[in-house]
Amino acid sequence: MTVAATKEYVGVARDRVENFNGKQLVYASWDHHLLFAAPFLLYAAPQMSFRELVEGPLTALVQPDPDGAAIDWTQVEWLKSNQPWTPDFERSLADNGIGHKDQIRFRTPNLTTLAVAA
Amino acid sequence: MDMKATKKKLGLKEKYRVMTRDLGWEPGYRTKDEIFPYATYEGIKVHDWDKWEDPFRLTMDAYWKYQAEKERKFYAIIDAHAQNNGHLNITDGRYLSALKVFLQAISPGEYAAHKGFSRVGREFPGVGTQVACQMQAIDEIRHAQTQIHALSNYNKYYNGFHAFADARDRMWYNTVARSFFDDAMSAGPFEFMIAIGFSFEYVLTNLLFVPFMSGAAYNGDMATVTFGFSAQSDEARHMTLGLECIKFMLEQDPDNLPIVQGWLDKWFWRGFRVLGLVSTMMDYMLPKRVMSWREAWEIYGVENGGALFKDLARYGIRPPKGWDDAEKAIDHMSHQLMLGLYQWSFGTSFHSWIPSDEDMAWLSAKYPTTFDKYYRPRWKHIRKLAAEGKQFKNVGLAKLCQTCQLPVVFTEPDDPTMSCHRETSYKGEKYHFCSDGCQHVFENEPEKYIQAWLPMPALFAELEGDIGNWMDWVSLRDGQDNGDYVGSVDQRNFEQWRGLATSNS
Repeated sequence: MTVAATKEYVGVARDRVENFNGKQLVYASWDHHLLFAAPFLLYAAPQMSFRELVEGPLTALVQPDPDGAAIDWTQVEWLKSNQPWTPDFERSLADNGIGHKDQIRFRTPNLTTLAVAA
Repeated sequence: MDMKATKKKLGLKEKYRVMTRDLGWEPGYRTKDEIFPYATYEGIKVHDWDKWEDPFRLTMDAYWKYQAEKERKFYAIIDAHAQNNGHLNITDGRYLSALKVFLQAISPGEYAAHKGFSRVGREFPGVGTQVACQMQAIDEIRHAQTQIHALSNYNKYYNGFHAFADARDRMWYNTVARSFFDDAMSAGPFEFMIAIGFSFEYVLTNLLFVPFMSGAAYNGDMATVTFGFSAQSDEARHMTLGLECIKFMLEQDPDNLPIVQGWLDKWFWRGFRVLGLVSTMMDYMLPKRVMSWREAWEIYGVENGGALFKDLARYGIRPPKGWDDAEKAIDHMSHQLMLGLYQWSFGTSFHSWIPSDEDMAWLSAKYPTTFDKYYRPRWKHIRKLAAEGKQFKNVGLAKLCQTCQLPVVFTEPDDPTMSCHRETSYKGEKYHFCSDGCQHVFENEPEKYIQAWLPMPALFAELEGDIGNWMDWVSLRDGQDNGDYVGSVDQRNFEQWRGLATSNS
């Protein structure tokens, strides 16, 4: 369905990548770790390597969770746009196919400290 | 000597006719389509505007009289509140957070509703509707004014009230209400009536007024109780106008049914998301609580809303699409949003806090199947971090929903341990949503929602993520307006002044 209007209606997408000063937005979410109320909003250069993203902002952000320090990033299961996916840590976000406003998710099934109380 | 009246006074029915229906005229040198160009483009077919029934049959002279009386009472109580230091009679300074959220998110909505009703009063061709909308427009601007006047008393003594208009436009948690009104005001006149007349007045008003006005009474806030009383008698009229408009559309032409149903689906869900703010206020922000969000939803959502849709069933209307998902979210939404407000409290113009043991016992009793299982462990961990001097601040900021603009804090309807991840692509751009409901709204009119100004992405696009600059821009004074209530200037002042008022030392 389109917008009901009295003449042709054309919207202009506001959050296009060219508005972000050469960088892009990346969303990251740790499955079943809802101490963090929402997926993280990260602001990164597309040339940043996946390793830099993980060992930099992502590692810092997850520390308040009691499982934060215990994550073995080599064992993590990854999803991108909700589909299973394997990142290359040495390559850039762009080369890993992580575009503007893409969301990555990670799963750590053995880490469940704050999980549902019995 | 008195003049002898030669004519009898007009009867009520006659007066109503003269002062509403007789105000209309048939245009002579322009067509109706030219004068009312917005009456048809949404696809709503109206064959006879005279069939519109005015539910209240209120005329302008009676309206002025009632409203003037209410204004006199209102300002008398506000004066008394100011002269008697009414700001010290509230239960606890934490209560002020609820008022700040109301002033920032809801009062500007009243003003927006005023603009909207002025516009649709002009755009609807029927004279009965025009008069009813005009009166509602004046009500709405009066509500905005009385709310701002009532709460300005608190602004003299406490932080967080000084820049509510900036906060409304720029603060991330207010954009749920702002986008609701922007969406309604940029819709056609019939959709506006469903958005405000049905969703805001019918679905939200009760759920808003119970916690805020009863909450105000429970917590000793006479200023707010007064504007609540003053507004509430108008709200009944507004609800009836919205409902009347729905019935009118459905009775005029069977082709209107699918359009109206689509709007009811959309605006139920949009209204439900605005209620997220209200749910946290009820369950967390009132020092003395009226009832839980769950209990309020049972009465005003399930019972009243259920009765409404039963009533509309004879026209072919079914309950709105998101109804079941809404029910599943009831036991979670206040906790999920409050956890967010707490961890992003460096970016709010009000205070939040970790619930006390007593608060948690109350929450556990009110939410026996969810609080202890899902939310108590998180609060306990947050409390442990605070005790270690590591107050939990989530500087990752948040992914926002493209439609409701709230941070994506909500979980899957059937799995409260899993964030709800919804995304779609439109013309090569990715868009994210907090729920199926918000995704459906987007997919029905993508051209409209791709233009949304989302506050968190904007922080990066416009300010390169500089939080200090952002605080200046939203008129947030770091260390005064934001952060934990414990240790705040508001807490210190409230306790000190109250101590002076209630002791001799």
